[in-house]
Amino acid sequence: MIHTQKEIAESAQYKSEVKSLSFYYGGFNALKNIDMVLHDKKITALIGPSGCGKSTFLRCFNRMHDLYPGNRYDGEIILYPDDVNILASNVDPIEVRMRISMVFQKPNPFPKSIYENVAYGLRVRGIKQRAILDEKVEIALRNSALWDEVKDRLHDLAFNLSGGQQQRLCIARALATDPEILLFDEPTSALDPIATASIEELITDLKTKVTILIVTHNMQQAARVSDYTAYMYLGELIEFNVTDTIFIKPKNKQTEDYITGRFG
Amino acid sequence: MRSEKSLEEIRRIISLHKRLDLIFMITGIVALMIAIMTFMALFAHMLIDGLPRLSWEFFTSFPSRRPESAGILSAWVGTTLVMLVTAAAAVPLGVGSGIYLEEYAPRNLLTEIIEINVTNLAGVPSIIYGLLALGLFVYQLGFGQSILSAGLALALLILPIVIVATREAIRSIPITIREGAYALGATKWQTVSDHLLPYSAAGILTGIIIGLARAIGETAPIITIGALTFIAFLPPSPVKNEFPFVSFEWLTAPFTVMPIQMFNWVSRPEEAFQLNAAAAGLVLVIMTLAMNGLAIYLRYRMRKNIKW
Repeated sequence: MIHTQKEIAESAQYKSEVKSLSFYYGGFNALKNIDMVLHDKKITALIGPSGCGKSTFLRCFNRMHDLYPGNRYDGEIILYPDDVNILASNVDPIEVRMRISMVFQKPNPFPKSIYENVAYGLRVRGIKQRAILDEKVEIALRNSALWDEVKDRLHDLAFNLSGGQQQRLCIARALATDPEILLFDEPTSALDPIATASIEELITDLKTKVTILIVTHNMQQAARVSDYTAYMYLGELIEFNVTDTIFIKPKNKQTEDYITGRFG
Repeated sequence: MRSEKSLEEIRRIISLHKRLDLIFMITGIVALMIAIMTFMALFAHMLIDGLPRLSWEFFTSFPSRRPESAGILSAWVGTTLVMLVTAAAAVPLGVGSGIYLEEYAPRNLLTEIIEINVTNLAGVPSIIYGLLALGLFVYQLGFGQSILSAGLALALLILPIVIVATREAIRSIPITIREGAYALGATKWQTVSDHLLPYSAAGILTGIIIGLARAIGETAPIITIGALTFIAFLPPSPVKNEFPFVSFEWLTAPFTVMPIQMFNWVSRPEEAFQLNAAAAGLVLVIMTLAMNGLAIYLRYRMRKNIKW
């Protein structure tokens, strides 16, 4: 028996498990032998100085690197409960992206109506019935706390929304397809403090519904929203633990230096 | 800290630099004026000569031995039909190639060679395209000295313009929009047809119209494939009374186009034909300017909803 009873019980609480993941941009080794887990329906934050590979790591989860030539993965990212390695070459990246949604650094709504933005992921999945689309769009907009602000102008252009509203629209677009994991790549770095606060509140609310992995350059943000935190430096995972432990008594000297602002 | 003398020095240097500024500005204005005035003078000359000849009859008459009753009916109909063929061939080929090169083609040496050659093709003299069309379309494929051959020749000529415009229009879409579509699970074709094409339509359309505006004035390739210079009949109508109501006979008809009609009149000794040439030239310039105006308008209209 490879799996003990205890291990099986633990893995049931994992949404995903990263096993000795390395990643290469051509000849450049951007991620080095990372082992980590994502706890189901919890928020995990990735922190670290610029260029440490946290965004690169995040973008492995939806195989975004497959869009560009010369990129190579090594190792595994296992998705539970079906125990599939989403980095395997026989797994279609499109299938992975249908299960794992992403919200980008800068709000990137399509130059379409608010409704069409949220409905796009559903349309990609071949859903055409108006009633289903209407219902799912409404639920997604409610879950992203945008419904009350836009319900009377669903067919207005998304560009007419404010920056914070646009980012919540992008969250609604990512939520509409009921993803298993939601990836956030520095979602508030282009927003003002008030919009940032509302997005953070939203992210905290969302963890009852979905497993969340968030990259942030803002340590306070990681401390405020996340349950687990991983500190990365130069492509390596330096320390991974419960957020409180990372911020109150980190085990690693490097982590402590970064957290206390002595570096980075 | 600075002494009086060095401040003096600085002022002297500044005024010297400002004088250079002024000199360059004047040179620039002169250069611009030479370019604009030359065009204005040409246009005014053509306007004075040609405007009195412009009348309804001028557009509805065939060419004639008598300059006062000669018109451009066969020429403008020919130009319109040739442009239709050109657009019908150049748009799908050019836009398709542009999308392929930008979105699908693997980044390798072969793609690179193709890309460099596409750009080079835009610089090939137009008469070379005429020779190619003469050999390929007129003789090899047996299309004859027809509207079809002329339209295809001009399509080849403007293909690089359409390809480059398509690629640049697609490339101007921010990468975040593209990644946003892929991140939702869209395939390449879904990303292209739902996002990249609609958002780049204005730029692509502008490229197509600018290409057509270039093709409309081309003379050399049309002469090479053997357009007639004097033609007193119209190609068969594309619409018919009996089933199936459409006909493509016009594709194989002999034809003439505006620049050739002009060329024909300019080479006549009689003064009155020169006036006809000026009038035809005026129509051609207005057609070209109208197409460019349309391109600018469409660009403005379609970009209004897109902000990046």
